[in-house]
Amino acid sequence: MQKITAHKNSFSNFTFSLKKLPWEFFLLLITALVFTLSAYASPYFLDVWNLSDATFNFVEKAIVALPLAMLIICRDIDLSVASIIALSSVAMGFAAQYGFAIELIVLIGIGVGMLCGLFNGWVVTRFDIPAIVVTIGTMSLFRGMSYILLGDQVLKDYPEGFDYFGQGYVYWVFSFEFMLFLVATLFFYFLLHKTNFGRRCYAIGNNPTAAFYSGINVKRHRLMLFVIVGALAGVAAVLLTSRLGSTRPTIALGWELSIITMVVLGGVNILGGSGTIAGVFIAVFLMGIVTFGLGLLNVPGIVMSIIIGGMLISVIATPVLIRKFSQRS
Amino acid sequence: MKKLYTNREALLCALIIIMALSVGAFADDFLSVGNLLSVYNDTSMLIILALGQMLVIITRCIDLSVAANLALTGMVIAMLNSSYPDFPVPLLVLLGAGLGLCMGMINGLLVWKLSIPAIVVTLGTMSIYRGVIFLLSDGAWVNAHEMSATFMQIPRATFIGIALLSWASLITIAVFYYFTRYARTGREIYAAGNSPTAAFYTGIDVGRSQFIAFSLSGLLAGLCGYLWVSRYAVAYVDVASGFELQVISACVIGGISIMGGVGTVTGCVLGAIFIGVINNALPVIGVSPFWQMAISGAVIVLAVIASSRAEQKSGRIILKQTMLATSK
Repeated sequence: MQKITAHKNSFSNFTFSLKKLPWEFFLLLITALVFTLSAYASPYFLDVWNLSDATFNFVEKAIVALPLAMLIICRDIDLSVASIIALSSVAMGFAAQYGFAIELIVLIGIGVGMLCGLFNGWVVTRFDIPAIVVTIGTMSLFRGMSYILLGDQVLKDYPEGFDYFGQGYVYWVFSFEFMLFLVATLFFYFLLHKTNFGRRCYAIGNNPTAAFYSGINVKRHRLMLFVIVGALAGVAAVLLTSRLGSTRPTIALGWELSIITMVVLGGVNILGGSGTIAGVFIAVFLMGIVTFGLGLLNVPGIVMSIIIGGMLISVIATPVLIRKFSQRS
Repeated sequence: MKKLYTNREALLCALIIIMALSVGAFADDFLSVGNLLSVYNDTSMLIILALGQMLVIITRCIDLSVAANLALTGMVIAMLNSSYPDFPVPLLVLLGAGLGLCMGMINGLLVWKLSIPAIVVTLGTMSIYRGVIFLLSDGAWVNAHEMSATFMQIPRATFIGIALLSWASLITIAVFYYFTRYARTGREIYAAGNSPTAAFYTGIDVGRSQFIAFSLSGLLAGLCGYLWVSRYAVAYVDVASGFELQVISACVIGGISIMGGVGTVTGCVLGAIFIGVINNALPVIGVSPFWQMAISGAVIVLAVIASSRAEQKSGRIILKQTMLATSK
């Protein structure tokens, strides 16, 4: 199996052969290109406040994309993340209705997310079932539970001050959401690239059997990753609920696909074993800039999905084509 | 091994009958022939799509773009029909199937020739196909009064008391039963999914098998595009949105292994009928439709747990035991 990306020392080993260039460099180039084009195309693009507003549209998804990247590196996947966001948002809504304190509401949101992740991880590891099947099931299960709990109701009795997470600014144009995303990126960068825990992800993703025989508790590791993904989905639920100020069962509908698109665009191999946080970080901005730039040009959202879909396929196909081409010559 | 899977199908069949009987205890009308036929009619499109999806899953791939493919062909056909009401409908159906086939072939070619993982390809084409519908229609709806009478009548017309929509699914089942059991290409698809390396050494082109599976899945999605639009008499951008997951669920409940190589037409059809019965039974026994999603989710999780326990008894027992012993 040939790997699409080259990983070790992704930013230090620049050799100017096209084949050896790291994926992140390629992505950065496209991002810079799109950024420049957008700045030329619309006079409103280079406004700091506009750019800051634009981050709200992707930061919540991006926060889930980071742990999901680790999970996918481990050969697992979680399609239920958007449903987890919905369920934990519903839980927070009820907690707010009972008049709980803000700290408690946030804890409940993250806690419900972790429980959902734990359930996913438990079913996957205990019964040895492919994660994709389990999470297709729990995707309907968790979303269905929020429908049962909420029906066609809306929960919007959030206490004063709860809106800070999704609407507040830490300093000048830097929103709380955005700063939290940066902190989360740093955290996951260290977790994946600088700790034993992170190295084990690659080991498991490359060969689970070998990883098992080299003394890694594969099942516990995967279970923990599912819980981490659930926890971060809970965090995203806090941010999103606070930004919207209301909860409906359809909240975050269809987000799992854009989150996975971010991860795959970031150069994480969907078959496991390779990928970097830096790649996902750049891909998040690439998607954010494309969406924002096209939005300024009045391109409707559904047409953007053509461009995002095309980008996903062509960005993955290009290195394959280059390799095929260079092998022939 | 073979006994295990027939057992599984018998189990599923028994479960469906028990479910239908207990619903019948609540409401007598549910078990009338007319109602059972209409439940089947309701499930027809799910069955057709699930059969296509089954082939794709057997080759170790997945096709997330079926619903978008269905919606796009449906929109194209509905627009053609509203602009040229005299255009013969059978030709329109063929056109739809052909268009679906082309979209399936695009998926298949990307998987075959560029070896991009299927989930990535179909995730991408899914949003592309959906977006193209908007480009074509400008977000407008094609409503019932814009469609010609024959266009809407064909799936409703009956033959020996059964609607043509149901006939379409019955014919698909028959063709697929033959194709997966006796046709050489069909057997190659199983071989390619069961062990790609072994299939390669026996001279089977694994990529080509995947391409054929995707093409057939696309073809059926195109056919369903017509059926869907004419049955519900409306075409818009979000037609059948999220339906791909129900299709995959039907396959999973029907015992088609997501790891490839395993699955039968009977299981697949039973899985689809299972979902169809649940969807139709809930309103009858007075359960709020809000429960539907959670129930089918729970059923999927339980079904895969049950089948994994059945499979654990066979297969690589030595490795499993060491794993279990050491992980505790």
